[in-house]
Amino acid sequence: MATPLKVERYTRASRIALPIVAVVIIAAATVPAWGSSNIMKQGVTFLALLALAQMWNLLAGYGGLVSVGQQAFVGIGAYTLWVFSEKLGLNPFFCVPIAGIVAAVFAFPTAGLAFRLRGGYFAVGTWVIAEVYRLLVTQTSWLGGGSGVSINSARQVEPSTREAIVFWWALAVAVGSIALVYLVLRSRRGVALTAIRDDEIGARSLGVNITRSKLWVYVMAAFGTGATGAVIYLNLLRVQPEAGFSLQWSALMIFAVVIGGLGTIEGPILGAIVFFALQQLLADYGAWYLILIGALAALVVVFAQRGLWGAIYRHWPVDLFPVRRRLCLETVCFPEETPAPSPSAHGSSPQPPIGPSLPPAAEPPEPEQ
Amino acid sequence: MSLLELDDISTGYGRFQALFNVNLRIEEGETHAVIGANGAGKSTLLRTICGLIRTDAGKVRFDGQSVGHLPPNKRVGLGISYVPEGRWVFPSLTVAENLMVGAHSRRTGLWSMDKVYELFPLLSRLRQRQAFSLSGGEQQALAIGRGLMSNPRLLLLDEVSLGLAPVVVEKIYEAMPAIVKSGTTVLLVEQDVGQAMKFADRVTCMLEGRQALEGSPSEISSEEIFAAYFGV
Amino acid sequence: MVWANDIIQGILLGGLYALFAAGLSLVFGVMRLVNLAHGDFGVMAAYISLVIVSALDVNPFYTLIMVMIVMAIFGYLVQRGLLNFAMDAGPLQAILATFGIAIIIQNLLLEGFTANSKGLDAGVIENTSIRLSDQVVIGWFPLLTMVTSVIVLFGLQLFLGRTRMGRAFRATADNQRAAQLMGIDNRHLYGMAMAFALAIVAIGGVFIGIRTTFSPSAGPFRLIFAYEAVIIGGLGSLWGTLVGGIVLGVAQVLGDHIQQGWGMLVGHLVFLAILAFRPQGLFAKQVQ
Repeated sequence: MATPLKVERYTRASRIALPIVAVVIIAAATVPAWGSSNIMKQGVTFLALLALAQMWNLLAGYGGLVSVGQQAFVGIGAYTLWVFSEKLGLNPFFCVPIAGIVAAVFAFPTAGLAFRLRGGYFAVGTWVIAEVYRLLVTQTSWLGGGSGVSINSARQVEPSTREAIVFWWALAVAVGSIALVYLVLRSRRGVALTAIRDDEIGARSLGVNITRSKLWVYVMAAFGTGATGAVIYLNLLRVQPEAGFSLQWSALMIFAVVIGGLGTIEGPILGAIVFFALQQLLADYGAWYLILIGALAALVVVFAQRGLWGAIYRHWPVDLFPVRRRLCLETVCFPEETPAPSPSAHGSSPQPPIGPSLPPAAEPPEPEQ
Repeated sequence: MSLLELDDISTGYGRFQALFNVNLRIEEGETHAVIGANGAGKSTLLRTICGLIRTDAGKVRFDGQSVGHLPPNKRVGLGISYVPEGRWVFPSLTVAENLMVGAHSRRTGLWSMDKVYELFPLLSRLRQRQAFSLSGGEQQALAIGRGLMSNPRLLLLDEVSLGLAPVVVEKIYEAMPAIVKSGTTVLLVEQDVGQAMKFADRVTCMLEGRQALEGSPSEISSEEIFAAYFGV
Repeated sequence: MVWANDIIQGILLGGLYALFAAGLSLVFGVMRLVNLAHGDFGVMAAYISLVIVSALDVNPFYTLIMVMIVMAIFGYLVQRGLLNFAMDAGPLQAILATFGIAIIIQNLLLEGFTANSKGLDAGVIENTSIRLSDQVVIGWFPLLTMVTSVIVLFGLQLFLGRTRMGRAFRATADNQRAAQLMGIDNRHLYGMAMAFALAIVAIGGVFIGIRTTFSPSAGPFRLIFAYEAVIIGGLGSLWGTLVGGIVLGVAQVLGDHIQQGWGMLVGHLVFLAILAFRPQGLFAKQVQ
């Protein structure tokens, strides 16, 4: 009688980690009860950073799309919040998901243009488009023009209530972003994405629609980023085009992900923590924290490509958020949870990727003869 | 001391090993052909010598000097010139410019642009043409000429007959005696066994990354070659 | 014809953009590197000029050679010290490394010079002009900028076409492994390409500093304009970059004419239109 093969989706570590994460989330949700106003504001900042990092990671680490223009959707999210709450009279707190949806809608034409470019030119293209959005808002007086707008409807809510709700929204957005990435990657679409990332031509030959998959990722990331933008400005209460569409948002996202580790779910979480910690530590030194983080990011991305999480993973390979499927027969699974170190016959060749990782550096294309 | 010494060379691509303990001695002035089926490791051998592939184990010695740690551009300066499989001419540069780039290492010697045009008169008519517009045979001639411009002591030719009509291949090989006469040692990889046997002083046959046979064409019988080539 | 003056101003502005774009084009052509810090390098050059001007009290023009040398050395060091390794790691990693450098430069300048706008005062030349007709006035400085731009592009063309190193650049751009087989040390070559690019952008940075004001956060704008010029003109074509710069310049000036403040937006829209309808640019290089 044949023993059945099973597809196993959880690792031992994740069975422990996921419940712990649930506890952490519940604990975090209690913060408004005991935390000071300052703690909650900082908390929102951190959670928003976490969400933004996850969305950028989804784009770049899994979708292979390096965007330097996600600030477009932060700004769009912020201004959607204002339009729907100020102009259309909706409760500002209901506007968070709406901001996400509107951002997702704008993502379609944005992608239509940006997708005509590849690689570095795609990156700059997204940046230009973000600038266009910024300029359009600056030149539109009913959107407040260059001087910006205030989220007055939220201002009028009693501070401790407002702060609590904003905090919970931030928590929801952060958890939601992680959940979104996790679920996307465990889905069929996610497998397709990984295939595209690893070998685009091979994936296409298997029938994967590259453009549709990338568009889908782009729109999802825009949704998450837009919703986060609304949360950020519910916290700050005032938005100007220069701030809402600022390149600094991209800097935050990119550095957090790069330092933490591109292409894993755990990486951006770690990166956001490190980033936030450094920001707090060096708060008195003005722009130096950004200089330090920029330098760290540049060095990490070149010399330690898997980031902090990658370095940890090398010594302690655990998938807290397992996205791979393993084939199991009884208790033996492939790939193993902790693979044996491969005896390298080639000196210091890199470890084969265990978790999701950056695509290997491509060989320079050889000219056609 | 031989011009080129390969001691126990093992190398490959990532986790795929292509060469296993290859030992080879090439004397100055010799013409040596490496034959074998596809995937036998012939091109890998040449690429290891010129530096495009780094050895995992073993030594490459050129004129007594260990060169295994040197990048390709440094080996050119020492006198190793590799004419790649697939030619790799610079498509946007003209024929003349391709040759000029070949002389980048500024090694002196017999070979100059005029000499190359003498060797391959067909190139002489194409001086200002961009290389991408050349035919396969013309590109091959250009690649060889470009390889000579660095006045190498050791010329590595990788599958010069690949994709070319027999008539064209004949013309290419007609140029060989002049190259050899100039004192250049030639190590070539050749699919065409007959051509290799006609041309070379010594022949090595590779099989699955190992040397299966070595000797001069006069000593080796066709049965031995068949056996070594196909591994029967 | 009031538009004539605008078009001429736009053309001259294009010359300035071409100065920024040339270095970008060179680096991408030789190394396939998209340098997100390029605009910030230009701003950095303006600040270096400012420092020299403050110290020696000279006209900014006299600082040009010095600034070019400093920027060239800086570019060589950054390329060999970091970016060569970044490129080894992969194209994604290389872009991100340049992004890191961009943020570092912006914030270093911010710490060093505050966020206030600064300007370079070149004296009389900034305000004198030639009056061609009732409506057409050509400023001496914009004209000088355009002439300089053309000379630089011409020089670059000559360099690439006629010199040993220039040929090495082109060969490496075609096939960098084959270039190594010719004895070309591509690590050194990439360093030189970056050095050249930064020397050229130094000119652009100083000129823009004279023409208008600059601040630590001005880099991204310059970068965007440079990229737009390159893409409008078409990748791989040096003179196409000049044309791209001109198209952009004209679009911006006309845009400002239609409504003050709309210039940049119109420029972006023209860029996006080209992207939508002719993505290869106006003068794309012959594809083999």
